[in-house]
Amino acid sequence: MRGHTSIWFFSGLLLLCYGILILGTGLWELGHPLAHPPVLSGLHAPIWWGGLMLVMGLFYTIRFRHHR
Amino acid sequence: MSIASTSALALFFQTPAKHSLVHLSGIDIAVIAIYFAFVIYIGFYLKGSTNTSEDFFMAGREMTAWIAGLSFVSANLGSLELMGWAGSAYQYGILATHWYWIGAIPAMLFLGIVMMPFYYISKVNSVPGYLALRYGEAARGLSAVCFAFMTVLMSGINMYSMALVMKVVLGWDLNFSIWVSSITVALYVALGGLRSAIFNEILQFLLIWLGALLIPILGLIEAGGWTNLKHQIAARMGSMEYTHLWSTTAHFKDNPMGIHWTGLVFGLGIAISMGYWTTDFLVVQRVLSARNLRSARMAPIIGAGFKMFVPFIVILPGLLALSVLPFHLVPQDVAVATGQHSYNEVLPLMLVRYCGPGLLGLGVTALIAGFMSGMAGNVSAFATVWTYDIYRAFMAKSKSDSHYVAMGRWCTFIGVLISVGTAYLVQHAASIMDYVQALFSFFIAPLLGTVLLGMLWKRATKAAGFWGLLAGTCTAVGLFLWVHFNPAALRYVALSPDAKAMAADMYRALWSLIVCVVVTVVVSYMTQPKPLAELEGLVYGASKIPEEHDDHWYQKPLVWAGAVSVVFIALNIIFW
Repeated sequence: MRGHTSIWFFSGLLLLCYGILILGTGLWELGHPLAHPPVLSGLHAPIWWGGLMLVMGLFYTIRFRHHR
Repeated sequence: MSIASTSALALFFQTPAKHSLVHLSGIDIAVIAIYFAFVIYIGFYLKGSTNTSEDFFMAGREMTAWIAGLSFVSANLGSLELMGWAGSAYQYGILATHWYWIGAIPAMLFLGIVMMPFYYISKVNSVPGYLALRYGEAARGLSAVCFAFMTVLMSGINMYSMALVMKVVLGWDLNFSIWVSSITVALYVALGGLRSAIFNEILQFLLIWLGALLIPILGLIEAGGWTNLKHQIAARMGSMEYTHLWSTTAHFKDNPMGIHWTGLVFGLGIAISMGYWTTDFLVVQRVLSARNLRSARMAPIIGAGFKMFVPFIVILPGLLALSVLPFHLVPQDVAVATGQHSYNEVLPLMLVRYCGPGLLGLGVTALIAGFMSGMAGNVSAFATVWTYDIYRAFMAKSKSDSHYVAMGRWCTFIGVLISVGTAYLVQHAASIMDYVQALFSFFIAPLLGTVLLGMLWKRATKAAGFWGLLAGTCTAVGLFLWVHFNPAALRYVALSPDAKAMAADMYRALWSLIVCVVVTVVVSYMTQPKPLAELEGLVYGASKIPEEHDDHWYQKPLVWAGAVSVVFIALNIIFW
């Protein structure tokens, strides 16, 4: 892409925002269990899924921050 | 390609909901709000680099193979389609996967390997634009008017469907959903043009995968793996046919869809699928934005690679619901009468089953993103075809480039307004949705015959292109009306009294393609062909395809198409 920031940078930024929010929610739920937890809540999906998004988001944001 | 009956879906969603399926928390609302902020920001950000018509309508023809490929497959990954096919998987089992495999992969590879060079080297801006060069203005006019009209109606249907789903799933007001989504789409497409639409399709693609992928992962853990899942479905449904792709298609009455393998291979795999993936400008426009011929050829192949795995997030949740949900889902009419959950709710139900705050917001955002990018795709394709193939071709031939960009921007707003009008129209007559979708399908298969003969046969003439397209379209309309007013006629159209509605769609497309090809060939032999010199860059045998210089063998599009084909064949054998 020339002249403007790469779409992969925007994708990384979005994933980073969502990763922080979802990982944060998962960690908060460790201390404050939900009244009506979803099925398989013991697997703590928000923590590893949010963590995965955070790592992917960081990678794409840093890798493509100067790409045009 | 759309789900079987949108009006039936609408019928269910239109009934007064006792309560919404999903209750969003503050964190879920934040996830949705961030998405809206991103898409609007991208529109404003890209406006500065969208100055020429090439920028606005063709995204500057600078997209890499990956971006064009993901956008190509994402333009078809609408939320209504995802929810509809997940419901079909619950109803019919793994047979629904055919619409993602035989109904997509061969056609996408064919586009990349055979057809793309002609679209690309002719430097056309649209599919009607190719018809103009090959067959003249009459064929372009017929194709462009039909496409523009149907596209903007489809956008309205998408908008209305989103509002209905948001009403049932989240309890949101219909007017709120329609206006918020339409203003957002109008803003980012009018500002950034096709480039903005493509950027948002990439975000939507990521969101759909990240929002929906947890369902099959957690579902398979709960079911105890694929083998256990198959046994549980067989025990619960009393039949093994829900987990077999081909072995039940030897006769129409051996499977719940009422289809036959000949219809799947020739009707779906050739007529419908090739027609849609190779001539529908909504998807082809994404590939035309590629920065060079190699990227344009690779884009559909990359798209095919991802398309093959979409059943994992669409079909598998439907199959998992057969096993893990503690209650049975029912058809729409039963759900309306009894207040039970319908097949079409399977995806939101599975989302609620496994996702808590945050992840739920992500899943809902994926659905909203799917709807909005569907609308944006339709509106941007409408603006291009209107401006290039109707306005510039027939009304204002030699205006300045900035004039056409301004026309494209205004068209975007007007297209969105017509879509809003359509959304309110179908609110009062849901059956219009089915008719519009049927109408759209009438043009797809004959257009394939016209474009394909134009690309591969030098003898095809200008008059033959127009009359072949018209005859094929009339055949599709005629067969549709025949079966509509006399359902017993299905035995003749689909060649069996046991055939059901989906089989009728497949055979109708096949007959209309055959009629188009026969009429085009006959009329071609009765009329004068174009001189060979005028076919340069348009027809196989009369064009020099630019040589691609790949450094390594593994960079060749043909190698990747071969790899995708091997996986495609292996998957069909594994789930035979």
